Amino acid sequence: MSRPPGRKQDNHKIDWHLPTISSSASAHHMSRELFVLTYGALVAQLCKDYEKDEDVNTCLDRMGYGIGVRLIEDFLARSAVKKCRSYSETAEMIAQVAFKMYLGVTPSVSCTSATGDEFSLILDKNPLVDFVEELPAERASLCYCNLLCGVIRGALEMVHLAAEVTFLQDKLKGDAVTEIGIIFLRKTEDKKHKRNK
Amino acid sequence: MADEALFLLLHSEMVAGLYRAAEQGEGENGRCITKLENMGFRVGQGLIERFTKDTARFKDELDIMKFICKDFWTTVFKKQIDNLRTNHQGIYVLQDNKFRLLTQMSAGKQYLEHAPKYLAFTCGLIRGGLSNLGIKSIVTAEVSTMPACKFQVMIQKM
Repeated sequence: MSRPPGRKQDNHKIDWHLPTISSSASAHHMSRELFVLTYGALVAQLCKDYEKDEDVNTCLDRMGYGIGVRLIEDFLARSAVKKCRSYSETAEMIAQVAFKMYLGVTPSVSCTSATGDEFSLILDKNPLVDFVEELPAERASLCYCNLLCGVIRGALEMVHLAAEVTFLQDKLKGDAVTEIGIIFLRKTEDKKHKRNK
Repeated sequence: MADEALFLLLHSEMVAGLYRAAEQGEGENGRCITKLENMGFRVGQGLIERFTKDTARFKDELDIMKFICKDFWTTVFKKQIDNLRTNHQGIYVLQDNKFRLLTQMSAGKQYLEHAPKYLAFTCGLIRGGLSNLGIKSIVTAEVSTMPACKFQVMIQKM
């Protein structure tokens, strides 16, 4: 396979949307792979450090929270979305805009309660587990993607929405799909005021 | 691109999380740097495999180092290494004047003592990448003024 001719030039302004090496190594996908691989290395290290699955899950959740409280700013700056007027709009925003922006997938949203407080995001493709075949036998209750729960929780808290986010189903544990459940915890009084920064 | 923000945030959380755990647990600081470097090593190995799947064979060591400086660095940090120096005897110094993982931290001497924590992962990344290209090396980093930093690669002859 011949190399594209522009490869040898010493051009500092590389538009990294275009493949620089070959079509299978476009910088965009590599960027995501870097994140996925780093996440995998992180989970592996945590599994070495902690014996109990719950500890690893808690640690991942806490890290996710730390990421989420900062990620929301990046998200709001990039997407410039308007204020969400309802919980279902918020859930849609998370699924269709945020997930698409950061992970490149769009989970489907469904409301799972009559009161409109509980939603579930169903991911049929989860990029975080691209390189994971299965959980090791001794780590059966590990929530591999628990970081995501923390991220969503942290991000929502920064826009004054308290929520409980958990994994309801996990493909890695044998379920059919990966499902994230979001339960909005209380109605905030300042819903009428401008929430966005 | 949005992915960059994710990786940067994940990286800082990783560093913070590991040190937080170390404070509560054994309290041995040196281990955190090693853990970060080992994580970087694994990621570097995996990344370079996928990255060079279709590239032609490298001519020599210098070619590999140039690849790391240009293509690899661009993929990971969206820019190239600004300066590559070598003594042609197995020591390479990669200089990045605006290292992506440090730009948000400070622009000068502030927080200089914390900089090594944020460089360990990248040292491992380089070492892992080189390792899967058949080069055994030792990678260290130094910072004198943020966000510029230098990575020193010492090739180990097997």
